[in-house]
Amino acid sequence: MIISILLYILIGLSFCCFFRVVFGPSIADRMVAIDIFGILVVGICGLLVLITGRLFLIDIAIAWILLSFIGTITLAKYLTGKKLDE
Amino acid sequence: MSDMISLIFITIGVVFDLFGCIGLIRLPDVYNRLQAATKSVTLGTCSILFGLFIKYGFSAIGMKALIAIPLLFFVSTVAAHALVQGSYKFGIKLWGKTVIDDYKDVKK
Repeated sequence: MIISILLYILIGLSFCCFFRVVFGPSIADRMVAIDIFGILVVGICGLLVLITGRLFLIDIAIAWILLSFIGTITLAKYLTGKKLDE
Repeated sequence: MSDMISLIFITIGVVFDLFGCIGLIRLPDVYNRLQAATKSVTLGTCSILFGLFIKYGFSAIGMKALIAIPLLFFVSTVAAHALVQGSYKFGIKLWGKTVIDDYKDVKK
């Protein structure tokens, strides 16, 4: 019961990140929001493991950490003005 | 007993996530937003994963949660640092009431 309420809170927080993605004044605000969203999804996967008991969700969490890292590094490299294979 | 301790850790983690997202919405600048959001959200998510480890013990899922904690620490801080450097070099202005800017001297 308490864990369901915490899960709803985390889903609402990810919608806050979506607000910052839509209304962010500059491109860096949107990238920060995407980075934070990627970390929040890991917490959501952890709570879903507790609720459903499925074992593969923690693997999805680890893969999501790595993919979020690669995406953020790529966007940061785009911001510095370098080519992506440089 | 372990259910209770893991529930306490998970609640602390969700509260830290809440503070981080409030900082993401409320603060005025890219750099302020990033230093508020990245640190507290990383700590909150690591606390959630540690609660998961306490709940499941040394089984497969608990060990995977324990491995994910230092991975999340290193990866999130490196990504935030790269993001700050990129947005500074892109030319995004600091907030108007910013007191000090040390990186301006380092770049030259």
